[in-house]
Amino acid sequence: MSRYYLLAVIAGFVWYVQSCTTSSGNHTGSEAIPEMVSYNFDIRPILSDKCLACHGPDANKREAGLRLDMAESAYKALKEHPSAHALVPGKPEMSEVFLRISSPDTSVMMPPPSSNLKLSAREIKLIEKWIQQGATYEKHWSFVAPRKPAIPQVKQTDWPRNEIDYFILQKQEEKGLTPNDEADKERLLKRLSLDLVGLPPSLQLMDSFLADKSANAYEKVVDQLLKNPAYGEKMALHWLDLARYADSHGYQDDGYRTQWPWRDWVIHAFNKNMHYNDFVTWQLAGDLMPNSTKEQLLATGFNRNHKITEEGGTIPEEYRTMYVTDRNDLFGKGLLGVTIECAHCHDHKYDPFSHKEYYQLFAFFNNVKEVGIESVIGGPDTYAKKPLMEICDEDIQSILSFVNKRDTNRLIVSVMGDLDTTRKTFVLKRGAYDAPGEEVQVGTPKAILPFDPSYPKNRLGLAKWLFDKKNPLTARVYVNHLWQEFFGKGIVKTSGDFGMQGDLPTHPALLDWLAVDFMDHGWDIKRLVKQMVTSATYRQSAVITPEKLATDPDNVLLARGPRYRIHAEFVKDLVLSSSGLLNPTIGGPSVKPYQPAGLWEGATSGRGLLSAYNQDHGSSLYRRGMYTLIKRTVPPPSMAIFDASNRDLCEVRRLKTNTPLQALVMLNDPTVLEASRVLAARLLQENSGVNDKISKAFRLIVSRKPNEKETDLLTVYYEKELKKLTPASAEKSLAIGEYPIPARIDKMKLAALMRVVTTIYNLEETITKS
Amino acid sequence: MEKEILEHGLNFNRRRFLSRLSLGLGSAALGSLLIPDLFSGNGMDEDGLTPGIPHFAPKAKRVIYLFQNGAPSQQELFDYKPKLREMMGQEIPPSVRGTQRLTGMTANQKQFPLVGSFVDFKQYGQSRAWVSDLFPYTAKIVDDLCIVKSMFTEAINHDPALTFLQTGSQQGNRPSMGSWLSYGLGNENKNLPNFTVLLSRGIGNGQGVYSKLWSNGFLDSIHQGVQFSKGEDPVLYLRDPDGMNRQDRRDMLDNLAQLNDLSYQEFGDPEITAKVKQYEMAYRMQTAVPEVMDLSKEPDDIIKLYGPDCLVPGTFAANCLLARKLSENGVRFVQLYHQGWDQHGNLPFEIAKQAKDVDQASAALVTDLKQRGLLDETLVIWGGEFGRTSYTQGKLTKDNYGRDHHPRCFTIWMAGGGIKPGIVYGETDEMGYNIVKDPVHVHDFQATVLNQMGLNHEKLIFKHLGRRYRLTDVSGKVVHDIIA
Repeated sequence: MSRYYLLAVIAGFVWYVQSCTTSSGNHTGSEAIPEMVSYNFDIRPILSDKCLACHGPDANKREAGLRLDMAESAYKALKEHPSAHALVPGKPEMSEVFLRISSPDTSVMMPPPSSNLKLSAREIKLIEKWIQQGATYEKHWSFVAPRKPAIPQVKQTDWPRNEIDYFILQKQEEKGLTPNDEADKERLLKRLSLDLVGLPPSLQLMDSFLADKSANAYEKVVDQLLKNPAYGEKMALHWLDLARYADSHGYQDDGYRTQWPWRDWVIHAFNKNMHYNDFVTWQLAGDLMPNSTKEQLLATGFNRNHKITEEGGTIPEEYRTMYVTDRNDLFGKGLLGVTIECAHCHDHKYDPFSHKEYYQLFAFFNNVKEVGIESVIGGPDTYAKKPLMEICDEDIQSILSFVNKRDTNRLIVSVMGDLDTTRKTFVLKRGAYDAPGEEVQVGTPKAILPFDPSYPKNRLGLAKWLFDKKNPLTARVYVNHLWQEFFGKGIVKTSGDFGMQGDLPTHPALLDWLAVDFMDHGWDIKRLVKQMVTSATYRQSAVITPEKLATDPDNVLLARGPRYRIHAEFVKDLVLSSSGLLNPTIGGPSVKPYQPAGLWEGATSGRGLLSAYNQDHGSSLYRRGMYTLIKRTVPPPSMAIFDASNRDLCEVRRLKTNTPLQALVMLNDPTVLEASRVLAARLLQENSGVNDKISKAFRLIVSRKPNEKETDLLTVYYEKELKKLTPASAEKSLAIGEYPIPARIDKMKLAALMRVVTTIYNLEETITKS
Repeated sequence: MEKEILEHGLNFNRRRFLSRLSLGLGSAALGSLLIPDLFSGNGMDEDGLTPGIPHFAPKAKRVIYLFQNGAPSQQELFDYKPKLREMMGQEIPPSVRGTQRLTGMTANQKQFPLVGSFVDFKQYGQSRAWVSDLFPYTAKIVDDLCIVKSMFTEAINHDPALTFLQTGSQQGNRPSMGSWLSYGLGNENKNLPNFTVLLSRGIGNGQGVYSKLWSNGFLDSIHQGVQFSKGEDPVLYLRDPDGMNRQDRRDMLDNLAQLNDLSYQEFGDPEITAKVKQYEMAYRMQTAVPEVMDLSKEPDDIIKLYGPDCLVPGTFAANCLLARKLSENGVRFVQLYHQGWDQHGNLPFEIAKQAKDVDQASAALVTDLKQRGLLDETLVIWGGEFGRTSYTQGKLTKDNYGRDHHPRCFTIWMAGGGIKPGIVYGETDEMGYNIVKDPVHVHDFQATVLNQMGLNHEKLIFKHLGRRYRLTDVSGKVVHDIIA
């Protein structure tokens, strides 16, 4: 058993408390001090947050020459007072650190009052005890390569279904919690379907699953959904956020771009279960692979999704530098889970990344055959910027068959391509493009893993480094992203920051087990997904008892199933799919569905294809949310209101807010109202009673049968609305959306039933996986 | 002291807070409005700043920012430089131009002839401030204004400069000034969004504005700027569909609340209760927003004050009047953008039109607030994202010229909100190219605005991805000289 894991067990209790308080942000300072203080889990967060800005890795900002993030420098005699030491292991009373943090004298107190930072009484006690116990340092947890820990022992041995559950249950048992029962089949199916394909289950699937009494009924549905092509769309969405995919160039004029074939490739890659190492390697270095194919070249569009300026007055080198910076920062945040971007202007304040290392990494991305401004806003020639590839109709019939090209027009996509010679890279002082310093060669942050000299010194070598099994971050970070998708938040809650300022993992041993297991099985994404969704942890009911709400309000210990509002795009998908309007076409150019008038026109320079919103018609109105055209400077409003990414920069975690504007979207957006009308019309044409119609609508939308009370409330509501409506108000209510109204239909009944359906769409449960 | 007490009182966590709320609709949204972040999952800041409470007694309670998008030329409006007329057509001396970088539009220009203003200036009021003849109404209120001639920025193109002024960073993805104030101070009016945005456009060469400028960045989306527009739906999705009256809506929401309550009884999830409250706020907004947008009840003298354009929805004048109403109703931050100030060429013609669009209404807003006794607690700001060059861009003819972007100096004005009235602050050199006295960096300006609102710009922070972010990034000093 690794020392790390032992430590995890010992620190268990404190850690739980910590994770809870960190997430709610409420430090009462009343938690117990652990028997054995852990550097990684107790002390480092304090030092990092409160001390290292002045006594840390940034050599230029270091005060009094004192560095507290490394043992040797912290134990040394102080530069300014050679008789004193910052830390004397075993002796807090002789350690200047302790004396200063506990002093009431503002002239010596640390952190100084001017910093606006303050240590709590508990933090001071922790540091005191840590010094008493020897003031031992450890390498930051995420920079040590994971090793597969042993599966923990648990008492309730009949609960776990797979390895995940042992890790989860063990922590619950430590806290005296027991897991919830399995969710009822209807709720479980809805959760699973939303998580795997981003759509609610069809009636047929609900019926067959409810009828299937076999022991592996659930596993069968999992397999079925994993084979559904909508799986690729669901999985792609998170990757599009990470890769800041959009349909416009961004910046001022924000002209149209045709980067969507890259998006089609991402969906395709998930569907054919491309393994994560290949998936990322192609995107980073497809152009540099031996005998590179057109598909591999298309994958490199990943690194060209960033914003590109078309503003006339631009200084080209300033913007070219920004593009390289964007790639570098994405590589850090999205793939390595570290805030490398902080070393853009100076040494990182908290993590051991130097300013120079930032530019060594930058050098990998600095050799692209690109310019800061290639063209100002214009016609089809400007829809991609060099280097670019052309996708011709022969490609569509062969290697790029997954690209949904619907016409014979020229189709270009921005991709990667390096210069024949090497563009020199310099450390940029203060990050300024026009202040070059020392020249640097390609390299990677040593604290993570030094760059193996046998690797090619280009992006292909960088990809090899990323998937080196000794790389401590890559697997952990992606496993954590997927965990976040299925369980609502990551094992490391700050999924973009595994560094010292990031949150600690709530279940470090589980994270490591999953990461190593993922690598051992060849980075197989579908396998990992299946592991997560077939765990007993995932299958629990989401009911929150008052006891669990009190002991674990944020569900850190996962003693209940995940319960979260679904992403913006899936809200739309749910509405379209349940009403029968959904157009299931995959890929192709993005579409322009209903949008309030004047948004693009009111906020535009007046130039280019996207200066006016020419709404689409017909089946394009009913495409999945992920295909709505994203104009970066004016992103689709109903999506933005539900916290969709604006795709400006790499994003790995969306907020999940709850605002009145969201209520207004669900109540008044024509998409929802039209779907209500269409579904109501379908039901009305069926030969069934009102109760049955309402019950069926409820099943289609909420993915379960309503209970008696619910049916009663909705039926009474229907009767009441039917009485209030007049032919005139009914007529007006129905006049929404372009989908035709059946010719011979009772419009009063239709309008009344439409209101019932809208009400069901507005239930909290509807857009929540629970 | 007062803050400490309030902090103590508010220092319980969000779940406990929520668990105390009944499902009843009576208390709807109260919590989310006073302390919006309690509902977001972001919680309170760990350093103890409770959002919704200022750091110290504020001078101003609300801000109205009349953003002049595109960068109005200071040489034709406020920064009087007779020397430029004398030196008309002469090359700008290298000692003045220095190492200033040029935009891609003039980088290849071979000559940089100076150009004086085509319009005359006069001095006004007690302060004897210089104002050009393009601004006759503004000229009459100079004694209410603090004119800052020494603003400077770091960016040289519109997008980064706008983003810098609004968010403190050129790169975007950070909260806008209004979002920061909403986060820092909470809401005064429970029926209106706290940060509203109004857009208008003149006929001059325009540069786009875009919703990322009023983005909440990493803050809760409750702090997002909400655009109010002309037409039937002043706030997106606000209007009930045709055929549905208020009673119908009420009935639907009551039914919905009962159904959601059933779900709450089953799941016990406080998010369900919170959702019901947001629906109730939406319902109240549906009444409150059209009420505040309705300018028909404004008396004649007010219409006259703002000018006839104020009755044309979507004009700058209408937006100024609307801004007054929103502000009066407790909206913390009203952000206007008026496009069309990017005079690279054809400047004399375009700027005269632009000036006419905004002059009367800008002055009227200050006067209107003053006569209502609201100017003391409302900070009004007028200005663009950078200045314009003293030399001409393109060809200089007898009666036509243009000016390129110039980050080294530009002029803005502020009024009310505890800012010294009737002063001119800062100076540029005689060619209007460099600042010679009292420079004000964008972060200094932002620090000053926050200060007037009772917030210390170094303490108004949000921790995100390991870093404590501020509106003023890592710099900024409050400009004490302009504070009354």
